[in-house]
Amino acid sequence: MRQIQKDPNAGTFQFSETALGEIEKIYARYPAAQRRSALMPILHLAQREFGGWLSQEALDFVAEFTGIAQIRVYEVATFYTMYNLEPVGKYHVQVCTNISCWLCDSDGVMASLNGKLKQEFGTTSDDGRFTLVEVECLGACVNAPMMQINDDYYENLTPEKVSDIIDRLP
Amino acid sequence: MSYKSDTKILFKNIDRDDSHKLAVYQGNGGYQAVLKAYGMQPVEVIDEVKRGGVRGRGGAGFPAGLKWSFIPKDDPRPKYLVCNADEGEPGTCKDRDIIRYDPHLLIEGMAIAAYSVNATRGYIYIRGEFYREAEVLQGAIDEAYAAGILGDNCHGKGIRFDLAVHRGAGAYVCGEETGLIESLEGKKGQPRLKPPFPANIGLYGCPTVINNVETLASVPDIIANGGDWYAGLGVENSSGTKLFSVSGHVNKPGNYEVELGIPMKMLLEEYAGGVRGGWDNLKGVIPGGCSMPVLTADICETVTMDYDALAKSGSYLGSGAVIVMDKSVCIVKAIRRLSQFYRHESCGQCSPCREGTGWISKIMDRLESGKGTPDDIDLLLNVCDNIQGKTICALGDAAAMPVRGAIQAFREEFEYHVEHGRCMVG
Repeated sequence: MRQIQKDPNAGTFQFSETALGEIEKIYARYPAAQRRSALMPILHLAQREFGGWLSQEALDFVAEFTGIAQIRVYEVATFYTMYNLEPVGKYHVQVCTNISCWLCDSDGVMASLNGKLKQEFGTTSDDGRFTLVEVECLGACVNAPMMQINDDYYENLTPEKVSDIIDRLP
Repeated sequence: MSYKSDTKILFKNIDRDDSHKLAVYQGNGGYQAVLKAYGMQPVEVIDEVKRGGVRGRGGAGFPAGLKWSFIPKDDPRPKYLVCNADEGEPGTCKDRDIIRYDPHLLIEGMAIAAYSVNATRGYIYIRGEFYREAEVLQGAIDEAYAAGILGDNCHGKGIRFDLAVHRGAGAYVCGEETGLIESLEGKKGQPRLKPPFPANIGLYGCPTVINNVETLASVPDIIANGGDWYAGLGVENSSGTKLFSVSGHVNKPGNYEVELGIPMKMLLEEYAGGVRGGWDNLKGVIPGGCSMPVLTADICETVTMDYDALAKSGSYLGSGAVIVMDKSVCIVKAIRRLSQFYRHESCGQCSPCREGTGWISKIMDRLESGKGTPDDIDLLLNVCDNIQGKTICALGDAAAMPVRGAIQAFREEFEYHVEHGRCMVG
């Protein structure tokens, strides 16, 4: 069960000028009477703007900003796994272990990350640099095994390549 | 060696440099088909697509032209066109290649479809993880607007068609068309009961056509060359070309475009570089995405890749994701992994699916870890019986079918797990 949590350090929220411009464009995509359709794109944007995750305070801000009831915002945020309901590291490393990747040794990818980062899956490193998670199919099956780090896919992985990719992250 | 004509419809441009750019697309005949369509009556466009016989490439295989013809004509409500780019069926990654290498092909297909049903607004619902792909798509849409291909006066013909990208956020169930519509409306992606079908009550309560990326990307060539030409490709009831995502234990995994009806063995041996360790090392193949039953090697020897032949063999063409497993694979382990997936992705709306996927996953865990009992195998089948056909959407069926199929084809491996507490292989 994905649960919403409060952020004791939450300050006040404000979308940047760029984000506000983006939100204008988002609203323009839907009929004037269907502004609720903008909720998912706005939540994506809010997550980027507000530190990579959505606390209850951030969700409440989105609810107020959009005029959508809090409960509707909570429902959506908890339903979709890409909305992070807890803080994630600077690098959100997601390894696909579904069938095609599993057949092509996603276990090796996981072991390589475990060894390299000295970190278990499902955790964020103490320095806040890495969050490691196992995920369902990301739709790059013919280039298995693969992982996603933030917005980018890394495909046709081997344990050595994984280590290399991690080394090259800024 | 290639199968039949080697005609390329979906991948005809993808090897060109900058194939995603408008200039390249137009330089190779792009956006001529939509101009041709604009010169036809909408009903003629639908008839042409019907004649072509293209069936839904997302998994359900429903004839696209027929779907379009269900949109009511004398209805004052706005009509919508939605493209399902929520590619999430494990094993499937074909739409992604159309989107990132030939987005204008999809846009043109959508423009034609929209014209045929009088839809003035369209959405491409793309899975949220395809962030870079959504960027490419947005870039192509921006180009098309700037060139007057989209907007309120498409190609100067007084036709309106607005198109936007809408990103999902990580829910497999949104690949189900009514779940997708709910999601597009800004809600949880919980599928709706059908009827009413989207053709009558779809997006915002209005008539809506919803098609998969590959289906829509097939449309420009059907219009350009005619439905009869398209129907001449493939085999009876399975016309045209299809993208097969071949993954797993083959030497050259990849997305391959071939005419439907190709023998599976030829697809694997001639296109995908052969089964790892040779054909005799083949254990089984899931032919249409992980929701479909697995086929044993002896069936794979002779089955052809078309809707009818695969259904007759006990599985389905589905999304065309061909997942190849060699003899090193423990079927129990593989099914256990899939059952975790369905448990994770069940939207929780229908009890049989919400509870049943949990049960299946728990029993599979038990079997795999050697703690299963002799009754567990029949219990699994019983749980499947209680899910299949008893849920609002097909996710329940999708969770049950691979389990049932695997027990049918490889029951001895399940029994071995119970008796010996470990895999039969490895």
